[in-house]
Amino acid sequence: MFTEYHPTKKNRFRVMDNDGNIINEKYFPAIDDKHIIEAYKDMLFARTADLMVVSYQRQGRIYTYPPNYGQEAIAGAVAQLIRHQDWVVPAFREMGLYLAKGATLKELFLYFMGYEDGSRFEKSNHMLPMSVPIASQLLHAAGIGYEINYRNKDEIVYTFVGDGGTSEGDFHEALNFGGVWKAPVVFIVQNNQYGISTPFHMQTASDGIAIKAMAYGIEGIQVDGNDFFAMYAAVKQSIEHIQSGNGPVLIEAVTYRKGAHTTSDDPTKYRTKEEEDAWDATDPLKRLKAYLISKGLYSDEEELQIIDEYKKEIDRQFIEAENYKPYPLQDVFSYQYVDMPDDLKQQMVEHERFLKWKEARS
Amino acid sequence: MNKIMNMVNAVNNSLDIKLGDDDRVIVYGEDVGVEGGVFRVTEGLQLKYGATRVFDSPLAESGLAGTAVGMAAAGLRPVIEMQFSGFAYPAFNQIVSHVARLHNRSRGKYRMPIVVRMPYGGGINALEHHSESLEAVWGHIPGLKVVIPSTPYDAKGLLISAIESDDPVIFMEPKRIYRAIKQEVPEEKFSIPLGKAKVLAHGSDITVVAYGAMIREVQKAAALAKKENISVEIIDLRSIYPIDKETIAESVRKTGRIITVTEAPGTFGVSAEVSAIATEEAFLHLEAPPARVTGFDTIVPLPRGEHHYLISPEKILYQIIRTVKF
Repeated sequence: MFTEYHPTKKNRFRVMDNDGNIINEKYFPAIDDKHIIEAYKDMLFARTADLMVVSYQRQGRIYTYPPNYGQEAIAGAVAQLIRHQDWVVPAFREMGLYLAKGATLKELFLYFMGYEDGSRFEKSNHMLPMSVPIASQLLHAAGIGYEINYRNKDEIVYTFVGDGGTSEGDFHEALNFGGVWKAPVVFIVQNNQYGISTPFHMQTASDGIAIKAMAYGIEGIQVDGNDFFAMYAAVKQSIEHIQSGNGPVLIEAVTYRKGAHTTSDDPTKYRTKEEEDAWDATDPLKRLKAYLISKGLYSDEEELQIIDEYKKEIDRQFIEAENYKPYPLQDVFSYQYVDMPDDLKQQMVEHERFLKWKEARS
Repeated sequence: MNKIMNMVNAVNNSLDIKLGDDDRVIVYGEDVGVEGGVFRVTEGLQLKYGATRVFDSPLAESGLAGTAVGMAAAGLRPVIEMQFSGFAYPAFNQIVSHVARLHNRSRGKYRMPIVVRMPYGGGINALEHHSESLEAVWGHIPGLKVVIPSTPYDAKGLLISAIESDDPVIFMEPKRIYRAIKQEVPEEKFSIPLGKAKVLAHGSDITVVAYGAMIREVQKAAALAKKENISVEIIDLRSIYPIDKETIAESVRKTGRIITVTEAPGTFGVSAEVSAIATEEAFLHLEAPPARVTGFDTIVPLPRGEHHYLISPEKILYQIIRTVKF
């Protein structure tokens, strides 16, 4: 696959067209119907939650939130292939994968409601918190990859960045370290065409991102990121490549951020309705659903019913998050150090003294 | 058994001990493998422990710190070397945004037992970017601990503690005295607790606080002061953060006077912090304003001009006399 779809050939890897027809039988992945349906439903759940969070945010019930809308097939495909021992080193737009990795929606809500507790991921194994400083997380993935090789473990790291992040130095350093160390890392660029408002052509003069893999001596492939089957097949191929000891793979998943960068952003300022409509035809859920319906595996009626159930579940978890305990003062201090300096303890004691003084005066 | 060591030997010996007793310890950085580092601090370690434990990294400081974050999250205890503290700036984002924060961000799930070693300071006739002292910058970042030894003995004991610390430690090595001081150091493992200063000389008239390469200059100044019948108490901070308030305060309560000596610029520096501690903790004992002898708020000049910048024992003596006679 990596040879046939080498970035120099400028042949974006696709398996399914925009109407859900399989156009590349050769690479149709070995995945049974049950799991395709499961993947679709997980993507639908993520989208439903995502759209509801945006409306909660408009109601003032949650702070700034970066929607995943339109990019669900990328996390959705990895979610089907990831194992318990594998690592996720996220950016912040991979909701479906966090959930597959054991994070709860309630935790994600807590995070965007302003609690660090939302990054505890209590039931999750091997997943770092979301990383806000763009592209910095990719180096963490390379470092984890070093440990995996050092201990001869059977683990793979999946890490994510957007197209804007590929302009950061850390992107290049991470691919370089990963390549030198033959680190077992799948670097996934969600090329959603925009870094906030900056379009892809202002980000780089390069013809795509996948080709940059060549400079680091690693494999790269440009994939239709809205094509679930293509993403699944490319990730599967990356796993085999890594497990054969060949080191990292760079997957450029070409997609489109249908929503805003975050709820604080207004995309109408920098892109046109025509452009949005054109990309709408490539929507990942629409395509996978068309495939499922054409195979008689799914129906619109079923979807309506499922969405109804999802909404209830999402709302339940949202309300649970809204009723979370107050943020105790100790939590500001407790996690700064494993071994807390006396001076820091003293600062907390002093502040408590002030609070008592304030209470006594009122 | 004791052995005569300089600071380079002592740091090497600590790394050797920790590489030997803990297979989670990984030592890497620019040229630290085959060459043993530009100051030869890691010499021989790759031969002894192999190239998966001690190795050359690609030339990228952000990459060094960022990969250490991943290694630590996965359970290793990386000790990375910034070739010079003045080359650490590209790693600033990784150190401030992740090394210092991931434990807090993950609510204690991922610890960051990382040591970032970096030679610092002037006085070696170096090129630009090779002479600065950044301890106040690191000390200002919540989540980091910052350590500076002044002797081979302290370098060994403090580095053992730093590597065994579950919190990240910026370990700054005064390169000017890497080979200048030799002393007997036990060959076996021992540690010196982080966050504790050491009273190097007891005195009654004035307290002088310093650390790193400035200790030697302060000791010379104290000898000069003695000839003028001034008794100097010398405190070696050893840890910049956590800073040992109690040792400073106790000394000032006794002497009533305090000077802080740093090679780094004074404004917003460690000397400002020490002066604040003396004022807050021992105000009624003070007989003179806390004073400072520091580098200028300028860039360290190139070698031909560096003598203007570096702190001399006479300059410390000058301030000791002014403060005592205040």
